[in-house]
Amino acid sequence: MTKLGSESRPLRVAIVGSGPSGFYAAEAVANSGLAVEVNIIEKLPAPFGLVRYGVAPDHPKLKKVTMIFHQIAEKPNVNYFGNVKVGEDVSLQELESCHDAVVFCYGAETDRQLNIPGENLPGSHTATEFVAWYNGHPDYKNSTFDLSCEDVVIIGQGNVAADVCRILSKSVEELNKTDIAEYAVEALSKSKVRRIHVVGRRGAAQAKFTSRELKELEALPNCLSSVDAEEIALNAADDIELADPTNYNTVDCVEAFKRMSEQSDANTDKEIKFHFLLSPTAFHGHEKLEAMSFARNQLIGEAFSQAAEATDSTLGIPCGLCFRSIGYRGKPIADAPFDERRGLVPNEKGRVICDDSNLNRNLYVSGWIKRGPSGIIGTNRADSIETVETLLADLERIENNSKAKADLSLASLLQHKRIPYVDYEHWKRIDAAELLVGKTLGKTRNKFTSVTDMLIVANLDVSGIDYDYPGQSEAY
Amino acid sequence: MPHIVTDKCLGCRFTECVETCPVSCFHEGEDQLFIDPDACIDCSACVPACPIHAIYEDCDLPDEFEHMVEINEEKAGDLPVIRSKQEPLPGAEERKTELGF
Repeated sequence: MTKLGSESRPLRVAIVGSGPSGFYAAEAVANSGLAVEVNIIEKLPAPFGLVRYGVAPDHPKLKKVTMIFHQIAEKPNVNYFGNVKVGEDVSLQELESCHDAVVFCYGAETDRQLNIPGENLPGSHTATEFVAWYNGHPDYKNSTFDLSCEDVVIIGQGNVAADVCRILSKSVEELNKTDIAEYAVEALSKSKVRRIHVVGRRGAAQAKFTSRELKELEALPNCLSSVDAEEIALNAADDIELADPTNYNTVDCVEAFKRMSEQSDANTDKEIKFHFLLSPTAFHGHEKLEAMSFARNQLIGEAFSQAAEATDSTLGIPCGLCFRSIGYRGKPIADAPFDERRGLVPNEKGRVICDDSNLNRNLYVSGWIKRGPSGIIGTNRADSIETVETLLADLERIENNSKAKADLSLASLLQHKRIPYVDYEHWKRIDAAELLVGKTLGKTRNKFTSVTDMLIVANLDVSGIDYDYPGQSEAY
Repeated sequence: MPHIVTDKCLGCRFTECVETCPVSCFHEGEDQLFIDPDACIDCSACVPACPIHAIYEDCDLPDEFEHMVEINEEKAGDLPVIRSKQEPLPGAEERKTELGF
């Protein structure tokens, strides 16, 4: 029997990333019955990943999952190290020198490109950037979006597109009560946006919304959700897809689109218009975005694998702002293996597949950077449970390969390197300050968007650090 | 709007839903599971996880299952939390096929 996981030699696991997959991996390791030490490492001061920086401000109930993360973080054998970037502040080798295994849970933060002409014109953005911006992500606080145009195009028909629609169409009064970034409400209060075109490459029966999100758009006051009846005509393959008993979500969505097509014009300020069977071919404009061109598609292929094929027919949509919402994409980290084509870390049930140069490293992966950027918060719990099951089954191999030095701890390593890490008590101070300031503003929370301000509030030593926010400190 | 486990769960009790729940709000009875409506955060991860579509969001609940709303609340109060998947009941796979899934 291996000694690893016993009181005299606890299993030491580093978890890179503090979003859902990271916390659930920590939970699974902590609940393994072994003696363990779990260190959750996060590059930002604040934990929770996309629960904090992705879930829309008007979906506060989903954010209650942080109460579970809080319970996990407060377990005696779980520690949080925020403001520590793996690959910069600490190398992967250094992590391996003070842990028996490393689990990558750092998600997918960049986006997929359309790779069409004009993609970099001012006015062409990603939904991921917009979401991070309105959610107060420190790296995106300086983003600007030209909201002076009347028409916005969103490429993609999933729940992120739905989030962008709601934030663009809700009133300042509604947004003001949430935890949306102050600068975002201010910018949105001056918005002239009237029409939001949500464009999908395939048909109504292939849109990726969950029916709840779509019905939420349908129910928005002061915003008409519309669709042209011709665009939602179903083909034979669609009928087969809709007849499948597991496809109830799509049946609901198609019914919602049908209702939208039968509506008469309501007298609303804003409109969300769903377009189907269109693929963008170019962004147009002189110095900034003025219009987009699309190829009309038809669907070919069998049910459940219908593909969009361009016809010769084209369409233009004038617009001043475009958000592509065609999926997040992962990035490589440090010198860990990476599958460039799929944008994830190659693995077998969570055990990282290492090439010859990387054999005998105890590397694991969970969450979006393991299986790609799909699924919702809870999907990552089941995923992390699988990864940790694999890790625990590998215990003997992990013990043999471990490079962890018994007398080296992550805390002492970071202190020696003078990295001002945010531990969980520090985070609780930042959290309390955000709630306090939020209360004075009538919001659920006012997030700090400056890393330096968070470190100040956490009572960390910021001497020698450059202040990262133009203008006045929010700490005042 | 919380989610409700209907009595479609009876006879199968796959428990595929349990590990997708981000807040572990499932409670286990011998024959079926129940969701604590106060703990549920409406993420809907459990709905597609169930192989036989036994779970509905409250507003989508077919009329014939209305009585399950109160039953979930009541039973969740009495029964222990279930955090890990378990073996389904004997005959679960056959029942799933019979139901057309």
